[in-house]
Amino acid sequence: MIVRIAGEGQFKLPDEDLDRLNKLDNAAVEAVEAGDEARFQELWGQMLAMVAADGNALEDDELVESDIILPPRDTTIEEARHEFTGEGLIPD
Amino acid sequence: MAGLGGRMSTAIKAKISRMLDRAEDPGETLDYGYNKQLELLQNVKKGIADVVTAKKRIQMQAQKHEQSIVKLDTQARQALSQGREDLARTALERKTGLQSELQSLDTQVKELETQQEQLIANEKKLRQKIEAFRTKKEVIKAQYSASEAQVRISEAASGVGEEMADLGLAMQRAEQKTEDMRARAGAVEELEAAGAFDDITALGSGGQDEIDRELAQLTSGAQVDDELAKMKAELGTGSSEGEKPALGQGEQA
Repeated sequence: MIVRIAGEGQFKLPDEDLDRLNKLDNAAVEAVEAGDEARFQELWGQMLAMVAADGNALEDDELVESDIILPPRDTTIEEARHEFTGEGLIPD
Repeated sequence: MAGLGGRMSTAIKAKISRMLDRAEDPGETLDYGYNKQLELLQNVKKGIADVVTAKKRIQMQAQKHEQSIVKLDTQARQALSQGREDLARTALERKTGLQSELQSLDTQVKELETQQEQLIANEKKLRQKIEAFRTKKEVIKAQYSASEAQVRISEAASGVGEEMADLGLAMQRAEQKTEDMRARAGAVEELEAAGAFDDITALGSGGQDEIDRELAQLTSGAQVDDELAKMKAELGTGSSEGEKPALGQGEQA
């Protein structure tokens, strides 16, 4: 599968990573909802580490859509609260 | 595999799609000459320039703070050597306040630098993708039947479109951050001008308040003492070390 980190680029990851990535993703949003910044940072860090460990950067001449798009690396918990909890569901 | 993401990735993907919907059809953008692309890249350049401007402004504020810190430190030493611990304490308090403000300015400058680098890298990447698309399109046309080629070209165009939307998103974010910092820098300058920070920065920014005057008196007082002592020595009127005149006569704030 192709994973993009917003503002950074695309990576090819094994399909098996999808489940784990999604679990971490949903847990991270729960941490945001609970206002648990340390937990959010930890989970987000794990997701980024997974992309770094398993992913291979796509060449610039590869023109494909991503299956998964992750937010920018330096996303703060405030941004995450705005984007990924209730408020974020309203299209801007 | 679409739609299989977690909540975070689904939301950000939706955001990218909305951005893509609002933008013109990437296929068309890519087909019609360089104009649209130049426009887009021009916007990125402007975004980068804005980031640089905001950064410079904050760096200038930081420089002023640094100068004030040095000045306050000197004044504190001076005050202490004159036995005015109260004034020294005030000067050091102001210095500490400025130091923490300076730290937050430094953090902001670093954030802006990261953002600037990212935008430059993104712009470069998009250029490369666009170039790759041009080449690929010709190759596809040569290799496949018209209908098959159309499908493949449109897939490749979607890939470039996502890259464009991603850059658009990065620019939005940079603009937002630059705007926040500009507002903050402006607010700090306004407050400075209005004297609201006198109790922290007056010494450095040339404002005058009671403490400032006392410190100034102390400096000039010390000079007068020195000159007096010198004169006394020259005239040989002795007893110069006897009683030092009281300094900084102010009652103390």
